[in-house]
Amino acid sequence: MIWQLDLLILTLLVICAIGAITVRDLLSATMIFGAYSFLMCLLWAEMGAVDVAFTEATVGAGVSTILFIAAILRTSRRSKD
Amino acid sequence: MKILQERARGGAMGEDLILRTSVSLLAPFIQLFSLYVLAHGHYSPGGGFQGGVLLGASFILMALAFDLKHSMQLFPLRANLIAGNIGALIFVGIGVICALLGGYFLDYAAFAKVIPMAVPDWRSLGILLVEVGVGLGVASIMLSLYWDLASGGHLEEGL
Repeated sequence: MIWQLDLLILTLLVICAIGAITVRDLLSATMIFGAYSFLMCLLWAEMGAVDVAFTEATVGAGVSTILFIAAILRTSRRSKD
Repeated sequence: MKILQERARGGAMGEDLILRTSVSLLAPFIQLFSLYVLAHGHYSPGGGFQGGVLLGASFILMALAFDLKHSMQLFPLRANLIAGNIGALIFVGIGVICALLGGYFLDYAAFAKVIPMAVPDWRSLGILLVEVGVGLGVASIMLSLYWDLASGGHLEEGL
């Protein structure tokens, strides 16, 4: 547990979270969400929960990003609201 | 985005030699690592779910680098169906057998009455058997989720 590293990852995580909900382009939002998942995985691994980090890396950053892109391709790219 | 839409409609996208070679070299190692994660899940990080997702993701990677039909040749639809059902059946079957032998649902110690082995050994082996079932089910469901979402349910062409 290195608190400087924790703080750095947490700051980037908050920036990614705010970016993912403010950006209008859904494809960009998906990419930022993938980066968010990867940072979350780093945070879990740094806090010692390797099992949760493993799940986050495979499901969060790997498969769900692809599924989001596949879903966006079937609908529209720009958010209406 | 235009390239992706072109690709989802089944249009030609151009063959990337570097991408295809690297993915076809990388995919067997991902599958081997998924088996490692699955087999060591009960005493190190990992387990059935993570191993299954890795196994499914390796086929999704092949589908992304080549096309949907190529991944359906590697892991046919019928094999996918059988793997998913066998996975669920292993999980529920072992649980119900434990209950029928006089223990609780998924209480592996009940197996010790049928095949004489130490109870801690049965607890270790039982979680491994259950995780094999979970891994098979999760891999199959991940791949069919991707197939259905990417091709709009037609399983013809997709992302």
